[in-house]
Order: sequence, then C-alpha cells, then structure tokens
Amino acid sequence: MKLLIKGGRIINPADNTDEVGDILIEDKVIAAIGQNLSADGAQVIDAAGLVVAPGLIDMHVHLREPGLEAKEDIVSGTRAAAAGGFTTVACMPNTKPVVDNSILVAGIIQRAQTEGVVNVKVIGALSKGLEGKELAEIGDMIQAGAVAISDDGGHLDSTRLLKTGLEYTGMFERPVITHSEDEELAGEGYMHEGSVSAMLGVKGRPAVAEDIAVARDIMLAEYANAPLHIAHVSSKGAVELIRQAKKRGVKVTAEATPHHLTLTDEELKTFNTAFKVNPPLRSAEHVEALIAGLKDGTIDMIATDHAPHAFEEKDVEFRYAPSGFAGLETALAVVLTELYHTGKLTLIEVIEKMSAAPARTFGLPGGVLKVGAPADVTIIDSEYKWTVDCIKFYTRGKHSPFEGRNLRGRSLITIVNGSIIMQNGEVLT
Amino acid sequence: MSKAQISLKRKDILGLETMSAPEMSLILDTAKEMKNIIDRDIKKAPTLRGKSIVNLFFENSTRTRTSFELAGKYLGADVVNISTSSSSVAKGESLRDTLLTVEAMGVDIIVMRHEAEGSAQFAANIAKPVIINAGDGAHEHPTQGLLDMFTIKQYKGKIEGLKVAIVGDILHSRVARSNIWGLMKMGAEVHLAGPQTLLPREIEKIGVKVHRRVEEALDQADVVNVLRIQLERQKKGLFPSAREYARIFGVNAKKLALAKPDALLMHPGPMNRGLEISPEIAYGEQSAIQEQVKNGLAVRMALLFLVLMGGTNIETAN
Repeated sequence: MKLLIKGGRIINPADNTDEVGDILIEDKVIAAIGQNLSADGAQVIDAAGLVVAPGLIDMHVHLREPGLEAKEDIVSGTRAAAAGGFTTVACMPNTKPVVDNSILVAGIIQRAQTEGVVNVKVIGALSKGLEGKELAEIGDMIQAGAVAISDDGGHLDSTRLLKTGLEYTGMFERPVITHSEDEELAGEGYMHEGSVSAMLGVKGRPAVAEDIAVARDIMLAEYANAPLHIAHVSSKGAVELIRQAKKRGVKVTAEATPHHLTLTDEELKTFNTAFKVNPPLRSAEHVEALIAGLKDGTIDMIATDHAPHAFEEKDVEFRYAPSGFAGLETALAVVLTELYHTGKLTLIEVIEKMSAAPARTFGLPGGVLKVGAPADVTIIDSEYKWTVDCIKFYTRGKHSPFEGRNLRGRSLITIVNGSIIMQNGEVLT
Repeated sequence: MSKAQISLKRKDILGLETMSAPEMSLILDTAKEMKNIIDRDIKKAPTLRGKSIVNLFFENSTRTRTSFELAGKYLGADVVNISTSSSSVAKGESLRDTLLTVEAMGVDIIVMRHEAEGSAQFAANIAKPVIINAGDGAHEHPTQGLLDMFTIKQYKGKIEGLKVAIVGDILHSRVARSNIWGLMKMGAEVHLAGPQTLLPREIEKIGVKVHRRVEEALDQADVVNVLRIQLERQKKGLFPSAREYARIFGVNAKKLALAKPDALLMHPGPMNRGLEISPEIAYGEQSAIQEQVKNGLAVRMALLFLVLMGGTNIETAN
C-alpha cells in the first residue's frame, strides 16, 4: 500500500527543518520526501495547511494491563493514543501483577502487536513487585524488549536500592525512570503545599519533597555514571537541580506533563478530583520555572503520565480519590493551545518535545521523518477548535482536568507503520 | 443592602469563604431572635413543622450534633441522626449512594460532618436537599465560625475593627479557617499564633497576620480564641510534649493579661483544661465559653430557618 501526503508543512526536528513538501510512504516506511512527488496507485492525503510531523511518542503511559482493566487496557489505551496523535507509547509496570519479569514484558509486547493500534514499548519494574526491596530481573526484561526501568507509581524510598538499580540498569545502557517525591514528606498530602492548601485545610505535598528526591536521584546517577530519567518534573527547585546536573555532565534527562505545564493549584479550590495528581499541580511560580526549563532544554520532553481510573473510583471525596487522570487525548491540543498559540514554544519545539526527543533519549525507532524511517506520522491541524468532552474519550479514564476547555489544535490523522489508524478524531481499526 | 434583598433560601451552607458579609449579618441578626426561644419555658416553635432534617455524621461529635438536633426540634422539624464512624471506603457504600439514599426519603436538609476536606462540596454537587456543612476535615465549620462571631458581637457590640487572636493548632483546624474567613469579611483583624509546625505555610497570603510568639498575637487583642490541641499531634512529632505545649503555647492568666483588660476569651470546645487553656481562666470572668454553646444553638436555629423559610419573620408560639 502506498500513501502520498501532499503539500503539508513538514516539520522534522531531527534535522531542524520546517518546509512545505510531500512524503511518500511505501511498505511501512518513508520512501521519499520532496517536492511534487507522485506515485501510481497511491492514496493521496491533501495536507495543505496542515503540519506533517513524525508520530508523537509518549514515554509515560499507564495502560493498566494486566489486571487493572476496569481503568484501561491495551485496546482502549492504544486507541486513545491514536486519537491523540501518538504513534508510540511506553507503558509503566505498576500493574497487577507488576511487570517485573521477562515473561510479562514479552506478553505485553505480543498483545500490543495483536490488539494495540499504536507501537507499545514496555518499561519494566526496578524492584520485584514494586516493593522497593530487591532488584527485579532487569537484564532479562531489557533483553526481552524493555526500554527503561522504573518503580513509577510511587517514590523509591530505598537509596541503596536506587543506587544498585542505576548501576545495574546502566550496564545495559538503559535509563532508570524515577518518580521523585520524598514519600515521608509528601506521602500524607493530597495537593501542593501552599496558600491554597492552607486555605482548604488539605494536607500538602511540599515542593521540597520533590527537590530532595530529585537531588538524591541525580547524585546517585552521577555516582553510578548511569542514565537517569526524571518523570513528571513539577517543582522549580527540581528544574534548577536538573539544569545544574546537566551542566556537570550528569546523564540525566527529564519530562514534564501538559498539566504541570499549564495548570496551578488554584484549580483545586472546588475539590474536583479530576485535578488530583502526583506530583500535585503547583503554584504559578513553579509552572513558570517548568516552562523556562522546557524552553532551555533542561526538560527534554513532554510526557502525559496518562493515568486513567474507572469513573466510580474518581467519583468520591477528594481525599479518597486516586491520583491521576487521562492525558493522551488532550496532550497535543493542550500544548498547542497553551504553549504554541501563546508564543512560548515554536511548532518545531513542540514536535521536538513530543516526538524527536523521546525517540532520541530512549533509542526508539521513529521520531524522525527521513527515507527508510518507520512510517509513523502525525498530521496536525494547529488551528482546529474543539471542546474537551471526556465522555467521548477512547480511554476508559473519563476524568480530565481539561474537561470543558476550548482548545485550539489537534491531530487530524495518525499513521502507524504506514497505515492510517485515525482520521478526523475517529480511530479506524 | 437591606435585609429583604438577601435570602439564604435553598442555599447550601458549605463555608464562610463563600458566604457574603450581608448573608452572615442576616444569620447573626436572626440568631438574636432565636436565642429568645431557648430561654423560654416551652421551647417549641411550629416554624419548621413538617420539615425533616438528617444529621449525617461520619465523625464523632457530641456538641455539634446535639446542637443541630435541638435547633431543629425547637423549631418543630423532625430530626434524624445517622452516625457512622467509618469512611465510605471502609463501609462499602460510597458517599454518593448514602446521600442519594437519604435524599430519596424526602429530607429537606442534610447536616453533614465528614473527616475529608471538600466532602460538603461533593455532597452539594450530588444531593438535592440543602447541605449544611457541620465540619469537613480541616476545611470549614461554618456554624462554629458564625457562633463565634455572634458571641463576639454580643459582648463587643461589633466585629469590625477588633483584633482577634486565634491561638493553637491552626493547621488541622476547620474552626480556625471558618473564623478567619468570617472575621476578615466582617472587618476584624485576624492574628494567628501557635507552634510553627501547626501553622499552615503561606496562610499569611490570605490576609491574616502570623506571629512566632503567642504573646505577640495576644498583645492588645479584643478577642482571644483558643483552639483545641489534639494529643495525637504530639505522637506525630509536631510538638515535643503536652508539658512544653502548655508552657509555651497554652493561654493562661499571665498571657491573657497581655490582651485588652476586657478581652473576651473563647474556645470551641471540647477543652483540654491545663493544656491549651489554663483552668483558672477557662471559667473566669473573661470567658465566654459557656455562652458560645448557647449561641451555637441560636445560630443553628437561625440557619435552619433561613435556608428553609428564607424570610426574616419568625413565627413564634407560646
């Protein structure tokens, strides 16, 4: 099957290009990029006025399979990814059972190939059962295809285990991903500690809990000379610590989420559980620092931390609601609306942060538009106006902090391995 | 704005942060009339006859629950108490389902106390009956705030311009938060003091003055409101010992003497006499603590009346 994308604004951060042209896709790979391409029998997509980008990649997704299918599974989660313009997602291991061995890694990869509509990469657990006591079979999992190792879902309390985990994982040239928030300081809190939590009487998760954890994690990565990726950075202090570490040459990378980049703790005033997340939404000064970090390269990429929960789990008192919410279907639109249309990021920077950087950092195929590369392409209408309606989401997680928001921009077509899997918001397979 | 333009009819009472000063004044003025009923030989008024009130208490409470119960009964309403100590998670029935069950029985008001902040707001989003927040975690306890203001007004004749010191565990106190909002809106100057570990960070941003020493907060105060300290906070390492707390943060005659000579001493109860408040002042001349309890009843009667009947005319019977 041949696919010819004509007249789109081709943005390719990998070689820093941004020009109008055509892309020919043949046999699941990009066959040609140029001007006035033609191909007999090709399906033609008129991309005039649209952005043609390498498929978006999200390194932080909870697909919830196996065991937590009431929240999400590979089918619903990858369809949500396709709807949001993502062609590759990496799934976190905090499932039931925990993905802490090669059999589960291989099983998810296999199931994703048959049931999923986008590419799925697996992140294996650092500790057995996520218990934070003994190393999981990290080498086995990486050889079975795991792209990174993480005890995400919570903080890894044991400094000793993180040290050995970094040393061990580093041997295989794969990063450890940390959820960095000191549990003793943050664990009892439900929102950012500040004037809003003071007013609401809600126990706070202080920013210093994140700063301390990030400092520790960086020091251990520096000590082990091993790659560390810090998930969902949210505090001003953490951004500065990462900036300094990068200057010293520490192998540290970092991600920030669309929600931490655009929302503050003021949103919590209504006790709406759709805004409950860890790390918590912080105050404006943290959001500003995060955007500055994204801009200057301290924060390498944007990841969603797509963490769906069943509706009834979130439909409880604020304190008892689980943290996290759906992110895949709003991420690009939120970033375009709040960061591109406001002039904070250019389009090429948006694509860099949501595609090229994660591919480069984690050594994944994709993230680039070049002849011979996998035909993972996202076609974006940066002007499309729409309103978020969670009920229409493909994900089972029907809570979003962006519910009801008017957004500008979205992915119009998602192409995975040369096949159109989403068009005009409808997932086709 | 004249009173006639303000109505609380069918309005959920979730906190004083969201209540306007004229609305608070209306409640306080109405409570004044209600207080007369309490001292009568026969207390029953038929005003709320045929109305039903459910006290839905997820946390133990004696004074607030009894106060709401008697307030409803004195006005002729039917009052039912539901006490359940466990959270929705442990109980197996969600708060939503519990509320809808109560609603289906045709009740007019649900008075709810719950250990989780925001649960009153959650209830108001779900249930049709009027929700009155009788305390949601450390968030708000609006009727306590109102009764404290009523008490201040009774003794001082006004609230505006007064210096009110609130002393103790502000961090965990819904009483403090409702007092802060109410007092600020009514024009008082609010000063806070207590152990640094029990003062919420950044609370000064909402317009209160925070002091490192209790003595500074009490200096020339018109009102001293002492909060209950729970001993479990000591076990969590928030202060070293009851002994040290009493010595450094407890209000006694010597510290009270720093306030104005006619300063009013208040406490929301239940008191730990000898800990946050010394026995000699708890029932001393400046203490309004007993009067607060009586006023609580009057304020709750006023509130029940206003949310159900909306008007300012109280129909009384002999």
